[in-house]
Amino acid sequence: MTNSEIMRLPLHAIAHGRAGDKGNVSNISLIAYLPEAYDFIASEVSEKKVEALFAHLGAGAVKRYELPNLQAFNFVIQDALDGGVNASRSLDRHGKTLSFILLSKMILDIPRNLVPENSPYLNPDFNWQ
Amino acid sequence: MMDKTVYIANGAGFSGDRFDAAVPLVARLASCSGPRYLMFEVLAERTIAIAQIAKEKDPASGYSPYLENYLRPILADAQKHQIKIISNMGAANPAAAARHVHKLAKEMGLAPFKIAILKGDDVTPYLDRQAIMEAETMEGTSLAGRTLSAANAYLGGDAVAEVLKTGADIVLVGRTTDSALVLGPLIHEFGWSESELDKLAAGTICGHLLECGAQVTGAYFADPDFKDVPDLAEVGFPLAEVQSDGQFVITKAEGTGGCVTKATVTEQLLYEMHDPSCYLVPDVSADVSAMRLSEDGPDRIAVSGIKGHKRPDKLKVTVCIDGGYMAEAEMSYAGLNAFKRARLAGEVVLKRMRAKGHNGDIRMDILGAYSVLDGGKAERIEGKNLPFDSDYRVRLALVCGDRQTAQLLCDELGHLYCSGPAGGGGYRASVTEQMASASILLDRELIAPHIQAEVISHD
Repeated sequence: MTNSEIMRLPLHAIAHGRAGDKGNVSNISLIAYLPEAYDFIASEVSEKKVEALFAHLGAGAVKRYELPNLQAFNFVIQDALDGGVNASRSLDRHGKTLSFILLSKMILDIPRNLVPENSPYLNPDFNWQ
Repeated sequence: MMDKTVYIANGAGFSGDRFDAAVPLVARLASCSGPRYLMFEVLAERTIAIAQIAKEKDPASGYSPYLENYLRPILADAQKHQIKIISNMGAANPAAAARHVHKLAKEMGLAPFKIAILKGDDVTPYLDRQAIMEAETMEGTSLAGRTLSAANAYLGGDAVAEVLKTGADIVLVGRTTDSALVLGPLIHEFGWSESELDKLAAGTICGHLLECGAQVTGAYFADPDFKDVPDLAEVGFPLAEVQSDGQFVITKAEGTGGCVTKATVTEQLLYEMHDPSCYLVPDVSADVSAMRLSEDGPDRIAVSGIKGHKRPDKLKVTVCIDGGYMAEAEMSYAGLNAFKRARLAGEVVLKRMRAKGHNGDIRMDILGAYSVLDGGKAERIEGKNLPFDSDYRVRLALVCGDRQTAQLLCDELGHLYCSGPAGGGGYRASVTEQMASASILLDRELIAPHIQAEVISHD
């Protein structure tokens, strides 16, 4: 296998993040494990794609903020929380689990060298699907 | 003058946080020389409304019910080592909280503390309730016709610093921004002025990083095999070492679990943040878009490059109102064909609720098939291969205006113990009273004259 090999993997293979809530707005950070992955994420994880991932929750516009110094992004997603913590009927009223929509459901063609060396995703026996 | 370091540790990040987390922090602070502070952040948005309602029933209550739980383990050592304590445990009644601490100190055989409180965050004594309820909310919701339970302005670090001027050992406040519990001591110790915006911004971000307790030191971070965290069970709570120019290091007590890395600090930095170039608090608009993190030894991250811009003209006031009821009811189905049995159970309840005239917005999840990430949308399972032999749990939820309807939903699922599909078990249901809230912006001038510190003396 070479470093330029392309692997079909979820965003979870190259980044981590955390969700926060304010009213009916969710914000989800996305932080690259490796600095080399920042530009790839910048070109692949667009506001439009994230909007599509959260549409089934009734979410509206998504704004992406870039923090290259921290190899991080911040996605601010309107109307994602079924009215917010005081109105939501979800089991997770704060939407704390929602960071894992972004990490789990966005599947990309990722260059192998952007995945951390010790990642289970590089183990041929690892089945994430 | 020698440049001093101010040490600030946080022993609680929310009202349900661990009661003994501050013990290793106090030991660590005791070994530092310079001004030392221990904070406890325990006040969520709705907590203050619950406290306000309690105070109306009993004027001696209305503050954190956990005050003794948090303070008893560390009060003697804090006094011995002259560590100041600063907390929003005062909630809706800081004066009563202060009297409770005096009583606790006496009971523990300690010398009397000097305790000061902050007043003025509760706007209901001095602003017209009608005007509050008619104000335009930031969320666009209307408050008209609702019952007001609390309205509190988020006060800033400047107000907390005023309380510290009294020379208090313990400062108890109600509603301030959480980060003000850190910025206040820094303004007080370094004499930062209103125009030193970069420093005020740095102190604010330092507070933002500390305010959720262990969320910056490896908690709420572990993702086994991908992001491992050492000894999460004994995770250490955070401590900041701050310089007069606003640069600071985030670390934790030695010998505790968890970790402080660029990744843990970045996750917490962006937690509940929107535009990273304008994080608004009463004292400043903080800008972290050019912030830098660097490693400064094991479990030590140095933070620099934070900018500050002009503070907002208005202060945010959170208004809490009655919010109806939430009903939640669940039942498990397991083994072969469990998904269809769980789904049938939910459909039976929905049909019976409709027949009784309740076409309200009842949400159905089937845990194990579709739930939180799917927004409770059954169509999300289309094309998926759900295990035929598995464990599923149907969940119905409703938020409505009256308790009877909420209770009816719970009862309808409960009836399925005898009248539902085969093999249902593990029924749990609850009806909980809701508190709703909205934010309004008010001119600083309406609030500022009412902000004041008061020393609460012991008997």
